[in-house]
Amino acid sequence: MRVTQGTFSFLPDLTDDQIRTQIDYALNRGWAISLEYTDDPHPRNTYWEMWGLPMFEVRDAVGVMYELYACRKTHPNKYIRVNAFDATRGFETVRLSFIVNRPKVEPEFRLVRTEGPGRSIRYSLETVFPDERDRA
Amino acid sequence: MNAVVENVAAQGVDLEALFSESHVGEVIEQLDRELVGLAPVKQRVREIAAFLLVSRARAQLGIESELPSMHMCFTGNPGTGKTTVAARMADILQRLGCIRKNTLVTVTRDDLVGQYIGHTAPKTREVLKRAMGGVLFIDEAYYLYRPENERDYGQESIEILLQAMENNRSDLVVILAGYKDRMDTFFRANAGIHSRIAHHIEFPDFTQEELLQIAELMLERMHYRFDDNSREAMKRYIANRIQQPNFANARSIRNALDRARLRQANRLFARAMKGERTSSDALTLIDAEDLLSSRVFQNAAT
Repeated sequence: MRVTQGTFSFLPDLTDDQIRTQIDYALNRGWAISLEYTDDPHPRNTYWEMWGLPMFEVRDAVGVMYELYACRKTHPNKYIRVNAFDATRGFETVRLSFIVNRPKVEPEFRLVRTEGPGRSIRYSLETVFPDERDRA
Repeated sequence: MNAVVENVAAQGVDLEALFSESHVGEVIEQLDRELVGLAPVKQRVREIAAFLLVSRARAQLGIESELPSMHMCFTGNPGTGKTTVAARMADILQRLGCIRKNTLVTVTRDDLVGQYIGHTAPKTREVLKRAMGGVLFIDEAYYLYRPENERDYGQESIEILLQAMENNRSDLVVILAGYKDRMDTFFRANAGIHSRIAHHIEFPDFTQEELLQIAELMLERMHYRFDDNSREAMKRYIANRIQQPNFANARSIRNALDRARLRQANRLFARAMKGERTSSDALTLIDAEDLLSSRVFQNAAT
């Protein structure tokens, strides 16, 4: 199942040129870029692993792309996203976030029902990774 | 599309239009106005500007040519304006479309070379990442290589730099600066760097007239002025100072002026204590006395 999270996620995957243009847009507005990756795209998994520190000092998209290529090389089969932080309010706010790398086979989500007190039902989502799915 | 190219090819390109479009003229004029002397440097900047404009015109006509390498090396004695020109270079190269961002990242050995094994490469890459799209200015570049210590990590940093200079030619311009003799030793040990730098620019020492002009420009910027007496005193100061050790061209002049300003303040204050009123005229004037009490003259007398 194709995960739709962040900006542009209903579009086809961005090409590297398009990614660079988006990053340029963010940098020109004075936003700082950071890269994050994860294997679990669960909607409640907000905090992905950081790929290095946010690049507060980088002024050109080429510097970010350089890191992106390095991250892709290390984690070719994980989700990687680009975040752009805006500091105008005095704290870093995410203004733009989009996925730039996906695993070849994406995980799926399963609905889990749990019975609570008084026969009430609670619902939650669970990530089903491709290898688990094959086993089932 | 082909028709357009042919059309342009038939007409040729308007170099003058390209020139006025890029506003390079203004930058060069500014360089002429604000920097005294340095004729070979200005000449080279003009050549580079012309070359980049011509390459752009060629690209418009679809004449394929490889991107010119813009890496530079500035050599010259202390205080000859290497750093000042490097700061201008980022502006010039950006207007010429050689780099995308008007950023200058100034680094020295500390920023590039690490303290232990495996520390240098990430540090150098971090700096390169920051400088991408702009100019990387390495001041006192000869410190990168320390021949007396064969386990020095500077060599590692140089290799990474070389790689970036070669592979990211369109994204990055590296400018090295340093004193002439030490840079020569540096290049002798690292032949690869020497051949990868297209522009070796030598900064000449300033003449005495140029130094006086520089002094006046500096004062003007600080809103002070000379009168005829103090100008004469400054001339004598320069003539004396040049012969003394540790003369650092414009930097020595700046230091001399800074000290003269201190003496002027002291003089005005002493007078005020005696009950004299200080006019606005006196506040901006560097008096001959402020310069003549300098140590430079005492040494010359003895």
